[in-house]
Amino acid sequence: MTKADLIDEVAKVSNLTKKESETIVNTVFDNITGALAKGDKVELRGFGSFRIRQRNARKGRNPKTGTGVSVPEKRVPFFKVGKRLRELVNA
Amino acid sequence: MREVIPLTKNDLINAVAAHGLSKRQSAAVVESVFDLVSKCFEREEDVKIVGFGHFRIRKKASRRGRNPQTGSSIEISARKVLTFKPSKGLKARINQ
Repeated sequence: MTKADLIDEVAKVSNLTKKESETIVNTVFDNITGALAKGDKVELRGFGSFRIRQRNARKGRNPKTGTGVSVPEKRVPFFKVGKRLRELVNA
Repeated sequence: MREVIPLTKNDLINAVAAHGLSKRQSAAVVESVFDLVSKCFEREEDVKIVGFGHFRIRKKASRRGRNPQTGSSIEISARKVLTFKPSKGLKARINQ
């Protein structure tokens, strides 16, 4: 399922126009992204939680040329599947 | 230090309501977004949200594991797990 499919489905079940559904779906994901960008955690009961993990700077190597490069520290988003969803997936 | 207050479904409902929907209607729509996504996972279907990320169902084969407390060997059954791969756009936003 893509975002476009999700928008269609939301429009169907909620009696909203596609345009309205698009705004809503975008609002949901934009807000999750915004919270993560601020370094906040996102907790969605029954679904899961998103948070940021810090990756320290490290020395890496270009696998093609073998030359050493330093990889700067960075933050990566991380999703932990909620209990209910984990059980649903594995049912 | 700043207290960590997580963003919850209620915050998403308020954000949706800011677009002119009633609180009740917003709650129903936000709930349906996550319901529809969850239903996809139930059908083993992947979900791709452009600019956000890709949720994928991965099938894990059964394997022998060890109980770390007792050291006894046990069978870990085959299972399906959900993984999330953040998109380039999301990773870029987070490192800005």
